[in-house]
Amino acid sequence: MTPGASPVTRSSGEIPDRAAAAGGNHGAGMDVGKAAALHIALADWRRRSTWVDMVMLALRVSLLVLVSAGLLLSLAHNEYSAADWLSFAVFGLTLGSIYALISLGYTMVYGVLRMINFAHGDVFMAGAFGALIVADPLIATGSLFAVLALIAVGAATSAAIAALIERVAYRPFRHRGTLAPLICAIGVSFVLQYTVRGFFGTGSRAYHDIPVLDGVVILGPLQVPLVQLFVILAALLAMGALHLLVQHTRLGASMRAVAEDRETAALMGINADRVVTFTFLIGGVMAGTAGVLYALVFKQIHAFMGFAIGIKGFAAAVLGGIGNIPGAMVGGFVLGLAESFGPAALLSGFGIPAPYQLKDAIAYGLLVIILIFRPQGIFGERLAVKRM
Amino acid sequence: MVRDMRGAAPHSLVLKAGLIGGLVGVYVVAVGVFAAFAARPVVAQSLSLGQIMLLSIALTVGWSAADARQGRSGGLAAAALAGVLAGLVYAGVLLMAREAKLQAMFVALTPAALNTGLFGRTGLAALVAAALIAGLAALGGGLVRQMPAPARRTLLAVAIAVLVGALLRDLWISFFANLLGGRWWVSTIYTGNGLSWTGTGVAVAAGLAWQALRMLGRREAGARSTSLIGIALLLAAAILIPYFTNAFVAQVMLLVGLYALMGTGLNIELGLAGLLDLGFVAFFAIGAYVTALLTADSPLAIAHLSFWEALPIATLCAAAGGFVFGLPVLRVRGDYLALATLGLGEIVRLLVVSDMSAPVIGGAQGIVGIPRPDLAGTPMVSQLSLYYLTLVLTCLVALAGWRLQHSPVGRAWAAAREDEDVAATLGIDLVRSKLRAYVLGAAFAGVAGALFATTLGSIFPQSFKLDVSINVLALLVVGGLGSLPGVFVGSLILIGLPEFLREFGEYRYLFYGFLLILVMRVRPQGLWPDPLQARTS
Repeated sequence: MTPGASPVTRSSGEIPDRAAAAGGNHGAGMDVGKAAALHIALADWRRRSTWVDMVMLALRVSLLVLVSAGLLLSLAHNEYSAADWLSFAVFGLTLGSIYALISLGYTMVYGVLRMINFAHGDVFMAGAFGALIVADPLIATGSLFAVLALIAVGAATSAAIAALIERVAYRPFRHRGTLAPLICAIGVSFVLQYTVRGFFGTGSRAYHDIPVLDGVVILGPLQVPLVQLFVILAALLAMGALHLLVQHTRLGASMRAVAEDRETAALMGINADRVVTFTFLIGGVMAGTAGVLYALVFKQIHAFMGFAIGIKGFAAAVLGGIGNIPGAMVGGFVLGLAESFGPAALLSGFGIPAPYQLKDAIAYGLLVIILIFRPQGIFGERLAVKRM
Repeated sequence: MVRDMRGAAPHSLVLKAGLIGGLVGVYVVAVGVFAAFAARPVVAQSLSLGQIMLLSIALTVGWSAADARQGRSGGLAAAALAGVLAGLVYAGVLLMAREAKLQAMFVALTPAALNTGLFGRTGLAALVAAALIAGLAALGGGLVRQMPAPARRTLLAVAIAVLVGALLRDLWISFFANLLGGRWWVSTIYTGNGLSWTGTGVAVAAGLAWQALRMLGRREAGARSTSLIGIALLLAAAILIPYFTNAFVAQVMLLVGLYALMGTGLNIELGLAGLLDLGFVAFFAIGAYVTALLTADSPLAIAHLSFWEALPIATLCAAAGGFVFGLPVLRVRGDYLALATLGLGEIVRLLVVSDMSAPVIGGAQGIVGIPRPDLAGTPMVSQLSLYYLTLVLTCLVALAGWRLQHSPVGRAWAAAREDEDVAATLGIDLVRSKLRAYVLGAAFAGVAGALFATTLGSIFPQSFKLDVSINVLALLVVGGLGSLPGVFVGSLILIGLPEFLREFGEYRYLFYGFLLILVMRVRPQGLWPDPLQARTS
């Protein structure tokens, strides 16, 4: 008997019912388009909704008003030139490609295990530090292959750490309560942060300058740093490779099968434990790649950078509909753009001093708003059956 | 039995235990914990905490390698072999690290730390020494595993007594100096920072006595009365210890009380209602900022009330904050809730530190000049009086928490925690029940915030980071989710203990992380579990 058959005993009642959490979407009859039908639907909604629904509606409306007022006021202010906006866009795409790579790890793990890997942001950070160990001799060779090798080392570090975490901290809880793995993951996150701090010191570290990636590319009116283009390209390549892996290999197929329905997949002879390990490995590879790319763009890394970026990667995953791989990629880019446009386009209109300080608040705000109002994300989850 | 049949072959177990043990030893040195611990003597200047740490790693290696199925002597041989292997791996890697001069990359691998880690030896001598020491320690671990359980428990009690005696030196000295008078005995019991040989003997005797008492107690009393006795002892210690020691101890106990207050609040949300709130620190911040704005002698203040007038207002404001916070996330469940509250808490913090908020609540500069509370016209300035204020409030809040837990409200929380849908079917109003949990939990945190502001006299946004929420979460988990005495035990261990081990402060959160994982894996019900939850889990 294979060990993979054990998940059969698991009850399927653990999956949280997020469909019900969406709330307030009672407008199913509205597409009739006639005034009477509209009236009935409205009355029906008012009959069924509680005061909480009203509050949520009010919150929704006031947020909408706030955001549009901010946008309009900022546009009226018009303190940025077209070239500024374009460079915001390129930077947003750079940032977004890093978020996208991280969010893939969250989304894939959620797909197969229905859990949030809270320590994933620190896996990303560990990748950047793993590459740091070999950075000096590699960069000294001066070729572009050295950069690729750097990425490979970072990816390998993160993958190994992600698989180790799964084995030590998550696997023992796979058939137990819902809170235990999350608390364990918080513990893992602290262990990773303070281990890296103990290993590499409290200050920021950096790779040496890489001459191949220095310089700017002139695209019409704006100058784009070469490294940003490289990062976007590398991230797109990594995501393409992941897409091929998931869609066109046997392992990818078993991963999709486990994500679809773990019990049935196990009955079909798929070794669920191996698929889970594989998922963590792939998620780690993406996160480690992101870690090295981040270090290339921002020129400095520190032990605690994984926290905020991890939250944003998670936000991107939720934005695209958690469990949905293409959704996570798009979600990453959307979040990156929102963060780079946000302070200028949304906050400067209100005359807030130093709006750039609040760019993280925009990302967190987006996360909270999505979780509250549309937990299934922009595209919805790729879960065939809602098993509750 | 089944596990023995399916488990790995003996030689692969030895290999695994030895390799992992050796690498754990290397990790301890590379992360810098060893160097910090090595600077702290425990027994008579000849055994440091760092050495004890390495020894206990080797002991664990022996313990796990001495599997029962190889028979007595086979198990011991396996333990010793695994220990030798661990020692060789450990010393081998460290020797290589010394050759490679890795200090530029790994900051903890200084020549001094490597020298201490290799017992001051080089080359082959270091390898032999490490293998020998680790082998012997692992043999000891194998022996301990084969001992009868009472003997093992006695050994553990003695080891803990020695460690507690050595590490809490400052506490013991201040305690007994006030009780016995004079300091003549200090030099007999302690040498330098650690115990002398006499002191070690005293500690061993104390450990034996403690173990004997425990065995007697177990024979006589049932579970319920031991729990009551435990609570009474805890309360007596809380009243008496700071009185007989010094202001520093009172200050530490004050912090413990403050966190116990917050723990009682989060216990309602997480332990009773099952809502994992990582933005909990926001309510603490509301309590502190409202108190500061209402009482401070600063241009930002909006009123000049006394602490007693400000306390209920701050509590109400925090409760209102809990309502506003809880309302939108009512329908978010489980892991999603943790991240939504985390995001909300971070937004609050970012808004507070930003320049935008500077004119209202001081931005990064915070608010200073918050007065101490008055008692009958005289301000409470001493740490001791402030501590007793905290103790009284903590006891009141704990009482309220206890009454709530065993009321219909508490039972509704428990039902909704176990299964929301079933609870709703049984007629429990989930909205009302959850909002109650948020409001009450936030109110308790608000009390803690008000106390925090008035005892410190000034508040800064740096005091309200996510770390506070994580601290409170960790103390709840360690003490036992949903257990009120557990809150106090967790707070003592996670908040009180580190204050006496200040030199290891840098590694505090590293240990928190390991502790969270360990508790979840080994004892998920916590150190002092709630009887009901211990039964169901």
